Amino acid sequence: MSFTDWITDARNVVFLVIALVMVGAAVVVVATRNVVHAALTLVVALAGSAALFVMLGAEFVAWTVVLVYIGAVVVLFLFGIMITRAPIGRDSVRLDHVRRWPAALIAASVFGVMAWSTTAAFGGEEISDGVLKAENIGDLLFSRYVIPFEAVSFVLLAALVGGIVLARKDPDR
Amino acid sequence: MIVNQFLVLGALLFSIGVYGVLVRRNAVLVLLSIELMLAAVNINLVAFGAFVDDAAAAGQVFALFVITVAAAEVGIGLAIVVLIFRNRSSANVDELDLMKW
Repeated sequence: MSFTDWITDARNVVFLVIALVMVGAAVVVVATRNVVHAALTLVVALAGSAALFVMLGAEFVAWTVVLVYIGAVVVLFLFGIMITRAPIGRDSVRLDHVRRWPAALIAASVFGVMAWSTTAAFGGEEISDGVLKAENIGDLLFSRYVIPFEAVSFVLLAALVGGIVLARKDPDR
Repeated sequence: MIVNQFLVLGALLFSIGVYGVLVRRNAVLVLLSIELMLAAVNINLVAFGAFVDDAAAAGQVFALFVITVAAAEVGIGLAIVVLIFRNRSSANVDELDLMKW
């Protein structure tokens, strides 16, 4: 499939716009010198991934991303930034390591290997556009996937207890 | 829509996250980059789920599990970062060299 064929599909234009916004936001997340801006642009990147999930017919996953990631995780990050008093704005403390080029080289080679191998494996195969409703995914979660679901909820409980135990002040000291 | 466009976007976001993990010094920003990588993995899972289109919807269900584990990881990770900050009044990962040989 040539690029002109690909771009004439309206969904691919939407995809391209979302992808560009996501990549730009991701670059800001890893490159900005303002910690709060990094956490807030992560919202843009995650909202882009939610939009892609809607395009792929995964509506429940999309709303879970909005609720859990944008609603809870980013707020948790903002609290973490607040508590650790990370330098906000152009502070004298460097946020990045001095040597960036080895990291950029590694990241570029990771991208090269993964993009090359997926292109070699899945060239131009089309995605079927079925929509899975929240109702169906609820049925699946509580029938076929009930054991992994319970295991994951146990992980959440353990993380909750662990977070409280780690973060509270020791009463003896 | 072809499946490879989502996979290449996922690879790009993942490698941006790898760059962030390697280059950031502040522990909270390292966790932010890890979230970016997990989001890229979720895109891959859901894209493969739509590509295979099985009745069990394994791609979407496991994307949900990844989201849950990511939330747990952020909770624990930030608790550890806050604890380290309280003890050493610094959240920079390259100053935590107690276990360096």
